[in-house]
Amino acid sequence: MLTLTSPIETRLHTIAAGPKLAGLALATFGLMLTQSMWGIGGAALFVAGVYTAFGTEFARHGLRLLRPLWPFVLIILLWHGWTGEIAAGALIMGRLLTAVALANLVTMTTRLDDMIGVMERLAQPLARLGLSPRVLAVAVALVIRFTPVLMDKAGQLMQAWRARSARRVNWRVVLPISLMALDEAEHVAEAIRARGGL
Amino acid sequence: MEKNVAYIALFAALIAVLGLVPQITLATGVPITAQSLGVMLSGTVLGARRGFLAALLFVGLVALGLPLLSGGRGGLGVFAGPSVGFIIGFPVAAFVAGFIVEKWRAGIGIASFAGALIGGVLVLYLFGITGMALVLGKSWPAAALLVGTFIPGDLIKAVMAGFITQGLAKLRPLSVLSRA
Repeated sequence: MLTLTSPIETRLHTIAAGPKLAGLALATFGLMLTQSMWGIGGAALFVAGVYTAFGTEFARHGLRLLRPLWPFVLIILLWHGWTGEIAAGALIMGRLLTAVALANLVTMTTRLDDMIGVMERLAQPLARLGLSPRVLAVAVALVIRFTPVLMDKAGQLMQAWRARSARRVNWRVVLPISLMALDEAEHVAEAIRARGGL
Repeated sequence: MEKNVAYIALFAALIAVLGLVPQITLATGVPITAQSLGVMLSGTVLGARRGFLAALLFVGLVALGLPLLSGGRGGLGVFAGPSVGFIIGFPVAAFVAGFIVEKWRAGIGIASFAGALIGGVLVLYLFGITGMALVLGKSWPAAALLVGTFIPGDLIKAVMAGFITQGLAKLRPLSVLSRA
């Protein structure tokens, strides 16, 4: 399945996932505490600089990931344009965009395997509570494997609907899609048990 | 054990699929994302504990960088964005929905509707509005006003969750684990 990791190799790709995540947590916390325009502006410029340093293609990809935020940017603009607190609005917007861009940067430069590795390490203490890391790994693998499978089957159901009905596909198709998920779960459970279980 | 893991994983995948499938429209022709419907169903079909874990697994995979949120969003960025409350609220919403279906011995359709309404709408919006208020630096009522337009759509989804869970209970009584 497609991940959000950038195919453009950067120097950040070579840094281990753990330190990157710790750095991100610290930086985000710092951004939340920063109340000065200079601090936020400087951080925003720095993040923008890192993106552009990795090439225009990389930077453009980063911008695309920020696109879902435009309604919120619009709301902040309208809100603070109306109340006249422009500086406060700029601060909120700058903090939001910088924090999201920074987090996206970590996602874009860290491979899924490395992220899963971090998750497994973090989940190790849970072994004492009865959740073995192996079970977690199987569950993650199953989701990654079966999301495209269910996606395909949902697509087929919708095509079948369109072939037989003049009406647009509506919410009723969710019932057979959920039914498939249930049946598939039953098959998978049997298959795992047949191979010796978890 | 195998059964629990398989059901939890497949419902995490179902939440993803319902968010990515684009063409689901309401009776009025308004396109909606059915992602929160998937969260409701995780609770009403799998029950509180498994529903919680399915939604948690989904949220975990989003954090790891898979583009599973509606519109193909994902990665750590969404946890710094304005919808963070809704995403963090998914597991709790599924838990509450499942808890109500397990404990309230009404007909499965009615109980699922109530569970989806309280868990998937009320609890989810409490989380969502709080997150939005914090990220956008607005008061709680102001943030509530911003997302209020989406509440009617989610009320309809709660009704759908009731009907769909009822249908599944009829077709696969043993697989609807919240009542099995």
